[in-house]
Amino acid sequence: MDLGSNNDANIKAKALAEVLERYAGTEGALIPILQEAQEIYGYLPGEVMREIARKLKIPFSQVYGVATFYTQFHLKPRGRNIIRVCQGTACHVRGGARLLEAISAALGIGKNETTADGRFTLETVACLGSCGLAPVMMINEETYGRLAPEKIPAILEKY
Amino acid sequence: MQDLKEWRETLQQQSHRGDRPSLTVGMSTCGQAAGGAKVMAALEEEIARRGLQVDISQTSCIGMCYAEPIVEVALPGKPRVFYGDVTPERVPTLVEKHVLQGEPVREWALIQLSGEATPYEGIPVMPGSTYYGRQVRVVTSRLGLTNPESLEEYIATGGYEALEKVLGQMTPEQVIEEIKISGLRGRGGAGFPTGLKWSFTRQAPGDKKYVVCNADEGDPGAFMDRSVLEGDPFSVIEGMTIAAYAIGADEGYIYCRAEYPLAIKRLKMAIAAAGEKGLLGRDILGTGFNFDLHIKAGAGAFVCGEETALLASIEGRQGMPRVRPPFPAQQGLWGKPTNINNVETYANVPFIIKNGGQWFASMGTEKSKGTKVFCLTGKIKKTGLIEVPMGITLREIIFDIAGGIQDDKQFKAVQIGGPSGGCLPEDKLDLPVDYESLTAAGAIMGSGGMVVMDENTCMVDVARFFLNFTQAESCGKCTPCREGTKRMLEILTRICEGEGRMEDLDTLETLARVVKNTALCGLGQTCPNPILSTLQYFRHEYEAHIKDKRCPAHVCQALLVYTIDAGKCTGCGACARACPAGAISGEKKQPHRIDPALCIKCGSCMEKCKFGAISRL
Amino acid sequence: MADVTLTIDGKRITVPAGTTVLQAARDNGIFIPTLCHDPKLTPWGGCRLCVVEIEGMRGLPASCVTTVAEGMVVQTASPQVVEARKMMLELLLANHPRDCLTCSKSGACSLQDYAYYYGVRGDKFHGEKHDYPLEDDNPFIVRDMNKCILCGKCIRVCAEVQVNNVIDFAHRGFNTRVTPAMDLTLRESEECVFCGNCVQVCPVGALAEKASLWQGREWELTKVRTTCTFCGVGCNLEVSVKDDHVVRVRGYDNPLVNSGWLCVKGRFGADFAESPDRITRPLIRVGERGEGRFREATWDEALDYTARRLQEIKEQYGSRAIAALSSARCTNEENYLMQKFMRAVIGTNNVDHCART
Ligand SMILES: Cc1cc2nc3c(=O)[nH]c(=O)nc-3n(C[C@H](O)[C@H](O)[C@H](O)COP(=O)(O)O)c2cc1C
Ligand code: SF4
Ligand code: SF4
Ligand code: SF4
Ligand code: FES
Repeated sequence: MDLGSNNDANIKAKALAEVLERYAGTEGALIPILQEAQEIYGYLPGEVMREIARKLKIPFSQVYGVATFYTQFHLKPRGRNIIRVCQGTACHVRGGARLLEAISAALGIGKNETTADGRFTLETVACLGSCGLAPVMMINEETYGRLAPEKIPAILEKY
Repeated sequence: MQDLKEWRETLQQQSHRGDRPSLTVGMSTCGQAAGGAKVMAALEEEIARRGLQVDISQTSCIGMCYAEPIVEVALPGKPRVFYGDVTPERVPTLVEKHVLQGEPVREWALIQLSGEATPYEGIPVMPGSTYYGRQVRVVTSRLGLTNPESLEEYIATGGYEALEKVLGQMTPEQVIEEIKISGLRGRGGAGFPTGLKWSFTRQAPGDKKYVVCNADEGDPGAFMDRSVLEGDPFSVIEGMTIAAYAIGADEGYIYCRAEYPLAIKRLKMAIAAAGEKGLLGRDILGTGFNFDLHIKAGAGAFVCGEETALLASIEGRQGMPRVRPPFPAQQGLWGKPTNINNVETYANVPFIIKNGGQWFASMGTEKSKGTKVFCLTGKIKKTGLIEVPMGITLREIIFDIAGGIQDDKQFKAVQIGGPSGGCLPEDKLDLPVDYESLTAAGAIMGSGGMVVMDENTCMVDVARFFLNFTQAESCGKCTPCREGTKRMLEILTRICEGEGRMEDLDTLETLARVVKNTALCGLGQTCPNPILSTLQYFRHEYEAHIKDKRCPAHVCQALLVYTIDAGKCTGCGACARACPAGAISGEKKQPHRIDPALCIKCGSCMEKCKFGAISRL
Repeated sequence: MADVTLTIDGKRITVPAGTTVLQAARDNGIFIPTLCHDPKLTPWGGCRLCVVEIEGMRGLPASCVTTVAEGMVVQTASPQVVEARKMMLELLLANHPRDCLTCSKSGACSLQDYAYYYGVRGDKFHGEKHDYPLEDDNPFIVRDMNKCILCGKCIRVCAEVQVNNVIDFAHRGFNTRVTPAMDLTLRESEECVFCGNCVQVCPVGALAEKASLWQGREWELTKVRTTCTFCGVGCNLEVSVKDDHVVRVRGYDNPLVNSGWLCVKGRFGADFAESPDRITRPLIRVGERGEGRFREATWDEALDYTARRLQEIKEQYGSRAIAALSSARCTNEENYLMQKFMRAVIGTNNVDHCART
């Protein structure tokens, strides 16, 4: 598993150890520990959850159950830029699906996945309410309309 | 204890509203979202630029969310004037006219609080204004008027008098008796008598007991608890401390929704401040009574508002409810007797102790005493936070306090109680607001969300909206809720998309009834209410969707039909260019037409037509 | 504890206080269907199939988690109750593969039995169904989570009986599933010991013994009660046999020994019985030691030979020249006899056992 550069990984591991230390012996500490771990890593890597389970002496399956039960927790890293491609009716008619395929191909990731370099996360959305500009997508707070697969590389270039 | 009394007297004498003008900005979540911070910065800059001797501070939500950002201007010895919709641009005028020249800017002023001063002319006085006239502010009495982060202001305004009284003169049994006399019932939804709950926890065998505050407010459209936590955190803490004394607990938790960072921050500050002054922790007020209070932040699960799920969550597990009994009063946190109450329930406690149970019981109806805080949202003129005596009618709330429907449209329904509640039609508007009447009508008191709907709201769509919510929030433990919400949502979606069949209504009704009767916890037991109440009062709308393939409120996209009126169409072609589906055709300067087979009902054409030639049926 | 008297379906019943309504009914021959209940596991109350009507109580409480109270009046088959149970079965079947034709559980499946009992076909709802991949990457257990009804029994057995906590609920609502951490398979989890106790409690075909698949339908199996030969504990077994072939091994619920639970060897190790390598007759060596040549002998001949040789050795070299090593696969009684024989007949304390260390 890649948790960033070695040095970075060390800093994070130290921060996690410090959190675990601070909560040592506290009852019911799992959720606050997961919250702080997510702040350190940006998400909850499997190894981190395993480490937490080991330290708290609770089953790994329970840690995983808790991490997937609550919507606050992310089990995959989210990218620095969030792309949301509209899959509403208007966009669908105007090639929203092809657009999604094009982005997916350009980045080498599927829906709800993140590029290995952490640059983009690809998500879909039911309707962005800009049907007149279909097909549309948003990158972070910016809306792009009247898109075509050819235009994608140039736009992604900007991020 | 003597120290506290003396401290209060000193604080009251040197009241912060002294001999300097003061400016106060509403900085709750709603105020900040509306731009409160920018206004605050503009005020600071203006005051600094002019080199004035003025106090600038912040307060919480006064309840007029529709008018945020709100700024209060107070001159020594003069009424406090509240301005709404303040922008940074208005700041210089405000400072110039009101602060420097002593003349309030009447056209921007919302209301004034005169106290002993002579009111300004031409500004509504609070109470007495239409918005506040019908309200009785108890737990919201400090909101928007004091600095929530200041223990001094809390104490100067009567805070901790109740705890002083409890620890100094009352036995735990007397405290419980007083709460029983007050008739206070839980404000978290179910309305269980609070005094009785406390006595159960007190009587439960065990040395270690807990008090827990349920601040997991997660209903869409509800923010009462957030406002109280942000606006008067000390009152909740004082209430919990009194409860701990009454039931014999020495430790407590506030379980607060993670999406309320400001409330969590203020609670943390308040807990620290109270601890520093010996009002929390070891040997409170020198009486030997101990009470430690912790905060737990939720992690995003609506079901954790359910008390057994909440306890599981504090213990670090999935928020899956468990069967009761045993109730938390017998076996709660880590198996120990635990008293769980809602934020508003605890916030009422200091007022009841201070003024007596009788005083509280004198408000409200036979079975529902005191006041209730509601969040008014939806298609009404004045959205915001109100506190009203129990027994007031829905009509008074919606039309007298909130000023009626936006744009004077037709009232259709009011949704009370969020995803657990129901939609009531016009002819239920004269119902008194109390636990029993609302339940009998098919809604519930719930935590206090009240969403008003007008003629442009589709009731099937509303039911679908709530089911979508509960479906996503079901914990998955029991069959009826896990599988049933999914199927109910699928049927509703089908109906909204024009694919419903009449048999669906029977299936829906039976399924809703079974889920209500068999689900394990309150989430599943109440989630059919939005369906059952709309089926009861608005069945014709369901039938219109199914039989006529028509959405009477023009909301359900799939059922809309766009047509061009040949008489009004000039053939400019704007619509055809706007249509993403290429469904519009026509010669230049000739009337255009829409091919219904291609139309995807996005409405782009209608927005573009300058001649009003396109209509939607 | 004191006794409590209540009425179930018009019948007056007296049971000890603290009994559940379900238990009270069952003890008195009254039928209540259950899916998530198991008297040997902690109560769960999730499937809601066991709901009943109780006078004065709101809704329909689950009988498996409701304790009796004096004077309680219970209906287990009122129209409301039947309507609710049918709906519950419809809901479960709406999200269940139509696979009864080839499902290994057919004939012993609670869901199937109750659907039959209540005449529920499972065609009321047509919507989204789960579509999970089949898990069969280990030699013992096949998991088809599409058939799982989320009763949670496997989770509880793994936590409470095996105390291994390999699996738990993950995700929530409609997406809830039973899984090891990280949605790994049992094998990948590296924590599962394949005791198979989860398979045994599963009321439906979501968990199955791999070796039993396609080996015979439930009604073709003859069930034989026996004792496990793998160790001296003596776990009671129920072996299902078809045409002299062991199809499946389950624990037999004898509370004095193993309460029905088994370990991986007892449950999944039965294939030795039909192994070509298994020695089924006594063998006597011919030729030189180490040469590996044997001939089959009768039991009488083998016993006579052994007795004679033991006697010769004892006479020639003394008792201390003889030692016995016994096996964990013998019963306690056999092991007892062995040491008694060594001490009393041979006259030595040279006794040992493969499981001593
Ligand atoms: C799904 C669900 C969500 C709930 N959410 C809340 C909540 O956000 N706040 C709350 O105080 N009570 C909530 N409740 C009610 C609590 O279970 C409990 O009854 C309440 O906290 C008791 O406090 P009270 O007696 O002061 O009302 C919820 C109940 C259910 C079933
Ligand atoms: S009713 Fe819903 S939320 Fe409550 S226990 Fe059942 S599945 Fe969970
Ligand atoms: S086989 Fe045994 S250890 Fe493995 S999951 Fe099942 S019960 Fe747990
Ligand atoms: S796998 Fe079987 S025992 Fe486990 S939860 Fe699913 S149905 Fe129940
Ligand atoms: S058997 Fe009672 S709820 Fe499942």
